[in-house]
Amino acid sequence: MNQINSRKVVQLSHGGGGKEMNHLIKDLFFKAFDNPILRNEEDAAVLHFNGDVAFTTDSFTVAPLFFSGGDIGKLSIAGTVNDLAMMAAEPQYLSCSFIIEEGFEIAKLKTIVESMAKELKQSGARIVCGDTKVVPRGCADGLFINTSGVGRILRKGISVKNLACDDVIIVSRDIGRHGAAILMAREGLALDSELTSDCATLWPIVEQLIAANIEIHAMRDATRGGLSAVLNEWAQASDVEINVHEEAIPVCDEVRGLCELYGFEPFDLANEGTFILAVPKESADATLEIMKRFCHCEQASIIGDVNENRKGKVVLNTPWGSTRYLDLPQGELLPRIC
Amino acid sequence: MIALTELYKGFRDPEVIRSLAKEIATYASLIDGNVNIMEVCGGHTHTIMKYGLNQLLPDNIDFIHGPGCPVCIMPKERIDHAAALANLPGIILVTLGDMIRVPGSKGSLANYRANGCDIRPIYDPLDTLQIAIDNPDKTIVFFAIGFETSTPMTAVLIDQAEKRDIKNLVFHINHVLVPPAIDAVMADPKAKVNAFIGPAHVSVISGAKVYRPAVTNYNTPVVISGFEPVDVMQSILMIVKQKAAAKAELENQYSRSVSEEGNLTAQALVNQYLKVREHFRWRGLGPIPSSALMLRDEYAHRDAERVFAEHLPNEEIDDHKACQCGDILRGLCKPKDCKVFGRGCTPETPLGSCMVSSEGACNAYYRYNGVTE
Ligand code: SF4
Repeated sequence: MNQINSRKVVQLSHGGGGKEMNHLIKDLFFKAFDNPILRNEEDAAVLHFNGDVAFTTDSFTVAPLFFSGGDIGKLSIAGTVNDLAMMAAEPQYLSCSFIIEEGFEIAKLKTIVESMAKELKQSGARIVCGDTKVVPRGCADGLFINTSGVGRILRKGISVKNLACDDVIIVSRDIGRHGAAILMAREGLALDSELTSDCATLWPIVEQLIAANIEIHAMRDATRGGLSAVLNEWAQASDVEINVHEEAIPVCDEVRGLCELYGFEPFDLANEGTFILAVPKESADATLEIMKRFCHCEQASIIGDVNENRKGKVVLNTPWGSTRYLDLPQGELLPRIC
Repeated sequence: MIALTELYKGFRDPEVIRSLAKEIATYASLIDGNVNIMEVCGGHTHTIMKYGLNQLLPDNIDFIHGPGCPVCIMPKERIDHAAALANLPGIILVTLGDMIRVPGSKGSLANYRANGCDIRPIYDPLDTLQIAIDNPDKTIVFFAIGFETSTPMTAVLIDQAEKRDIKNLVFHINHVLVPPAIDAVMADPKAKVNAFIGPAHVSVISGAKVYRPAVTNYNTPVVISGFEPVDVMQSILMIVKQKAAAKAELENQYSRSVSEEGNLTAQALVNQYLKVREHFRWRGLGPIPSSALMLRDEYAHRDAERVFAEHLPNEEIDDHKACQCGDILRGLCKPKDCKVFGRGCTPETPLGSCMVSSEGACNAYYRYNGVTE
């Protein structure tokens, strides 16, 4: 440990495969992620499965690395674990690769790695293999993390194509928090606000829904592109109309206000711990009852339903009786001008 | 510090909106013929389409979406200027938001940025100062766009550059004025507009007084309106009340922010650095006399159009043949009348500029409309 602390910043030699690299891996990563498969130190991790397995990967390049409610480490675990969870797959084994810019502070790296270890506990998934590269200054923005994950599928048939007429659409909590928190954390926006990202591991909730035998037609975490992206994708893939009611969609005051300032829509903002479900009408109450046991899902709500009128479209009903399409967000999210 | 909820509370009350709709219908039934309201400002177009306000109104009230979106009215040759400047070695081009997506004759600034030009979209013009200070070996070009609303911010930036003697900052000025655009629309004998919703933020700066000539010259009501749904509905009510009483007056719905004289300090600062340009070619509307601003001669050293004159193309470039932006801006047709609307021209691949900004009429129709038609 001493060796690492005395060096303070990551140097190119930390990625060189020699002594320094060994210290970084053993003293930092192995310590935080310790488990028998990782400890084996073979060229590849050996895993054993029965039945269907889900496999996913994601790279994390968030700026800033630390934001209100999380950091890139928490995000890199929750993100991949959630992708598995949304397929009703139990998150089991993860790989983890770091691309670190020369000069990155070791103390920061440690905080991030510890935050990853903490988030792994939420689902019980383990990091069983990994890689570290150090690139010269300017070749990366501080730190990039890639995680891949595999897990056993506990329930088959959940799919974007499976929405059916009369399904109800449920959102797990208030939307837009992650996107808004990142926007606030970026330079130049000094607002007085308690807003935190929704970044969280969703497996514990999904596990309960599966255990209770809830019939789920589709399930998706509303990450980039937000609620609009998920609903539009579902409407197209399942060839149905999704009809949602603006009043029913939970949005916190801070997110709403920020959207006003910038001309954004909460539906377009990214989330990192918010998911959308399509379940048969009869299962709605049981679903909500289970979800609301979890503190971050206290606001879980039915926001709309599925019909066959305007296939492929998402229709938003305003509180004063007009309607419009809820379209996909486009291009970069740029602040509007006047 | 502002509490974020204060920004929108009260202006979106469903009860209020519904009862305004009812009252509008009552007055509208007293009016012979159509009320064709032009909302000059793209912000209002956005509000009307996004909140579906047009769906709440009786059939004899129609909206014509005016030329008040600074992105939509930018002719291609001005974007080509920006591209030519960004392409020069040692230049950082700074501009606001959506501007980087508007197609010029050989692509948008976003394309140029992807090809390695240093182009930076910003939110606050004053951020440009820091960019200039941080990059002493580069020349920073601020590509200034917008109506009366954003001009003072450019003036503050020029003022700071002068006072702090920041030598590596120059300006490409594309600031335009609302009243000459209203005149250009009404000059067309085919113009159908018979009422105006006046811009919100523009009027905060310029004052209500600038619309008095329009009221007299064209015998039309002008109601200055805020941007919230309740604001717009209330302004429509004020218009139909005038119409029902056969009046044509200037009214100010947005009195919480707009005064008769406007912001005199801002006006003075703008005047100090900028003067009216003889002509400016508007996309869709063509050349309009005295409709835009440029740097005063004393500040020629800050004027990118003069400093880099030899590098700037000066041919005029017309829009794509199919594009009807001009007729839409004049109120002669609707986005859906354009043959390529939603086919050749979409927000991802805009052919005309009305499709680019969320405040452009075509973009607003594409995103929000179609449900009721
Ligand atoms: S749809 Fe496109 S091409 Fe047609 S008028 Fe609108 S912007 Fe121009």
